Amino acid sequence: MARISGVDIPRDKKVDISLSYIYGIGRPTAEKICDSVGISRESKVRDLSDDEVTRIREFIDKNFTVEGELRKQVRTDIQRLIEINSYRGIRHRRGLPARGQRTKTNARTKRGPRRTVAGRRRAAVKK
Amino acid sequence: MSRSTKKGPYVDPKLMAKIHKLQASGNREVIRTWSRRSTILPEMVAMTFAVHDGRRHVPILITENMVGHKLGEFAPTRTFRGHTAKTAASTQVRKI
Repeated sequence: MARISGVDIPRDKKVDISLSYIYGIGRPTAEKICDSVGISRESKVRDLSDDEVTRIREFIDKNFTVEGELRKQVRTDIQRLIEINSYRGIRHRRGLPARGQRTKTNARTKRGPRRTVAGRRRAAVKK
Repeated sequence: MSRSTKKGPYVDPKLMAKIHKLQASGNREVIRTWSRRSTILPEMVAMTFAVHDGRRHVPILITENMVGHKLGEFAPTRTFRGHTAKTAASTQVRKI
């Protein structure tokens, strides 16, 4: 079991894929880590020696903000926007997209499941 | 994409002049402005700006957290108070 940056225990996968299971590390970052630590991206996590795992762990601790700390950072960033009453903060407060996307349709990721408003159905009305 | 740091933050020259004048005079007057596109600089902290929203000037007290944002971000241009609610009266009329 390889435990890196807290609770993440990826295994049986190639190192770069496995590292991307950590919050804050995607494929590009994972590949960068492998290269700078000097581990082949192709090798599987279970084949890594303890020393190699330690090197990865130390490299991440030194260079990246991940997991809880990153989540906290994101949360405080959003909190700041809300507190200063900026447009983006207002959008966050109302649960709408903050970067100028359309909301006539789509934007479902941010707004959650559809909630039908007002009677749109003709048949029901014309009885 | 964000603005090149080489150029520095953008502030309307006219607005900048007003700010300097106010700083020199030392009193705390509200600065009326239409320049929503101007970046908030550290020296604007604690000043009050009346930013135009297309209809009126919205007073905004600048705090430290706002530095780096644009004035327009704090004066929303749209008023949306929700869609008309389905009242009892309106539903009855439509059923007939």
